[in-house]
Amino acid sequence: MIRRRVAEGITGKGMQRRDFLRASVAASGGLLIGFHFPGLSQVASAQSSANVFMPNAFVRIGTDERVTVIVNHSEMGQGVYTSLPMLLAEELDADWTKVGFEPAPVDPKYNHPAFGMQITGGSSSVWSGLEQFRQAGALARAMMVAAAAQQWNVDSSTCRTESGAVFSESNRKLTYGQLVGAAAKLTPPEHVQLKDPKTFKLIGKPIKRLDTPEKLNGKAVFGIDVKLPGMLTAVVARPPIFGAKMKSFDDSRPRAMPGVRKIVAIPAGVTVIADTFWQAKMAREALRIEWDEGSMQGFSTTQMMRDFRERAKSPGTSVRKDGDSAAALANAAKKVEAVYEVPYLSHLMMEPLNCVVDLRADSCEVWTGSQFQTVDRANAAKVAGLPNEKVQLHTTFLGGGFGRRANPQSDFVVEAVQVAKAAGAPVKVIWTREDDMAGGWYRPAFLHAIEGGVDASGNAISWRSRLVGQSIMAGTPFAAMMMKGKDYDPASLEGVDDLPYAIPNVAVESHQAEINVPVQWWRSVGHSHTAFAVECFVDELAALGGKDPYQFRRAMLQKQPRYLGVLDLAAQKAGWDKPLPKGMGRGIAVHFAFGSYSAHVAEVSVTDDRVRVHRMVCAIDCGQYVNPGIIAAQTEGGAIFGASAALFQELTFENGRLQQTNFHTFPVMRMNECPEIETHIVESNEKSGGIGEPGVPCAAPAIANAIFAVTGKRIRRLPIRMTEAV
Amino acid sequence: MIGFSVNGKRVDLDVDPSTPLLWVIREQLGLTGTKYGCGMAQCGACTVHINGEAARSCVAPVSRAAGKSVTTIEGLSPDLSNPLQRAWLEEDVPQCGYCQSGQLMSAAVLLRDKPRPTDEDIDEAMTGNICRCGTYPRIRRAIHRAAEMVAKGDAR
Repeated sequence: MIRRRVAEGITGKGMQRRDFLRASVAASGGLLIGFHFPGLSQVASAQSSANVFMPNAFVRIGTDERVTVIVNHSEMGQGVYTSLPMLLAEELDADWTKVGFEPAPVDPKYNHPAFGMQITGGSSSVWSGLEQFRQAGALARAMMVAAAAQQWNVDSSTCRTESGAVFSESNRKLTYGQLVGAAAKLTPPEHVQLKDPKTFKLIGKPIKRLDTPEKLNGKAVFGIDVKLPGMLTAVVARPPIFGAKMKSFDDSRPRAMPGVRKIVAIPAGVTVIADTFWQAKMAREALRIEWDEGSMQGFSTTQMMRDFRERAKSPGTSVRKDGDSAAALANAAKKVEAVYEVPYLSHLMMEPLNCVVDLRADSCEVWTGSQFQTVDRANAAKVAGLPNEKVQLHTTFLGGGFGRRANPQSDFVVEAVQVAKAAGAPVKVIWTREDDMAGGWYRPAFLHAIEGGVDASGNAISWRSRLVGQSIMAGTPFAAMMMKGKDYDPASLEGVDDLPYAIPNVAVESHQAEINVPVQWWRSVGHSHTAFAVECFVDELAALGGKDPYQFRRAMLQKQPRYLGVLDLAAQKAGWDKPLPKGMGRGIAVHFAFGSYSAHVAEVSVTDDRVRVHRMVCAIDCGQYVNPGIIAAQTEGGAIFGASAALFQELTFENGRLQQTNFHTFPVMRMNECPEIETHIVESNEKSGGIGEPGVPCAAPAIANAIFAVTGKRIRRLPIRMTEAV
Repeated sequence: MIGFSVNGKRVDLDVDPSTPLLWVIREQLGLTGTKYGCGMAQCGACTVHINGEAARSCVAPVSRAAGKSVTTIEGLSPDLSNPLQRAWLEEDVPQCGYCQSGQLMSAAVLLRDKPRPTDEDIDEAMTGNICRCGTYPRIRRAIHRAAEMVAKGDAR
């Protein structure tokens, strides 16, 4: 959800202006180190939340030797509860076996240094935390050394640290736990030296995740697992059509059902509050509601895509123009036109949305798996009628996020506070899988109409992409910051507005569609569809010019060494030049997203119109990296996420109603469908990029291009259906 | 009253017998390691053992457990010593972790029935368990690893 421009503009500024550091022995008996920057009071003010020079993470060291790293990003599977502590522990020279993590509370000092609010998204946690977590560890280490040096009456510079202890020249030893009290009394140093990367012991190693044990014995607490004394459970009957309004309801039957406490109209619909989930769900089924169906009652995605096709026939808002694509096309030796279509998609986290709220007269506590703490707390406070400071938001583990739990309107949190107002007791709102799927905030459907041509030698000379689809940013509080113009939402056009290929004439045009279906960032955002359209069309141009798809790309990426690096690595590891068994085809795709370069080679077979992906070879260049084990996991997971969408997933509407309800109609790749996946990481000294999302975009085009290689048929619409191939 | 044993402990509950076992386990018994994912036996996040056999607790009425023995993830081993848990640790399998209780419970039945499972055996036994994060390749490796541990007598 971040634009590179934003990211690059602000990376690394955060830690330069450290003003003073406060150290105190916290109530827990530990040394608490926090950073404060000029212009920021300790008490957060509303204005300060927009400041990108926000303070950073905590480390708490206990007399029991425990090092607790307080992490300001949410753990949704991407490994931040390990990778960020690794950064801090590296500089601290901590004993890794004593390192733990703790989710940060909501406070401006935990804001994302680039975005000025507490958020997990845009594959940005590691690169944005790189400096701040290392600095935090280095400062803590320096104070431990100073405390030990003082006790020994030696110069600090003669001491060294290792595995959670300070050693003198004569090998006397004081552990960090022993130094807690003394270190707390010291004035922090003005500057600290970060390690030479050559001496890293943790960073760059495939360190095992810290959160694994509790995820293997049922102890990890996700939002849905939170339980409070006297807590009730609620479900909400929401409008069956976006924009529909409740006219009236009849609760005579459900009111009498066992365990039912209250049935109340709330702005989000009608909530049924009961002792248990099942009682609430059963009662909801017995509830009769009359809806005013509103303007979307006739909405059909089939018709919408027809409208998109019509719109793509006329020029859109120009977002990129190199040379004259129309003139070049007129002179092309060969030309091709293609229309690519992708559907609405659900994030479909394994843990459906849920939120626990304990609302009191003068306070509100919220427990949920949030990716968007600052916004969620502010929105909760607004509904609760309380100042922000009176609202505490506790971030639990997230059973998947993929962007859904960073909702600009905090839909699932706001609704839960509405329910809490009605409940008069602590309450947990649980969304069923069907509720979650029908709840909106989808990856928008998109259409790409592309035309291009090659010259007599088969070189691409013209490209014009016209996109039609909904903007994610328009109408959100972030539109002013993120949009480049009324009809230019980079979150829609990323991945095509920066087309990297050396094609002399390129035009990219945008048609923004206004449709009352809520849309949102979905793992890899615009790249989730632009990579499909772009990389499939590049393949079409290669075929048009009679060239090998890999070599065709290579030739056009000569001035793009990092694209070339991943492309070559994937091709080489996949054995691009080696023949495949009969009936198998190979496809390739390359893409840049979230600061990282990615290339996939897919091997597929097609039997009786059934596509089987046998192998995916992924190359990733995310610059300097922290944990290659996590990078491999994210790249594999991203490929599977992308392949699931490519092969199976589509949300459709008829008469305003969503046609899909659960995993049987919106399938996810399963074990028996999962290909062999290899990840190869490019060794790089470049600035760190993201890893949570870059593995997704190349999957669909690599598979589609492989299908062409084996069948000679083009896939122009997702999900892939061989009956629609052309 | 419905009586059954959970992780070796006898429970007697006054509960509507049509309530899915999943919600009884989670809400009445407070064992939240067993997860809700779909409510229609599509995803496997709710997998438990009833008398040793894998069951989707989201569609099993609690009455089905009456007089039987139920094992949840909390009962797989008290200290992560089950070879599957150890293999899961070695392969660093979980990402978000939400589906992993169900994955482990399905894998436990597989390993009991087929101590040296082939990839096809794994496909068959594990296809009912969805992982949205895409940990399948690691789950596959971990199952093979756990099988090796058991075969070598390395299992505690």
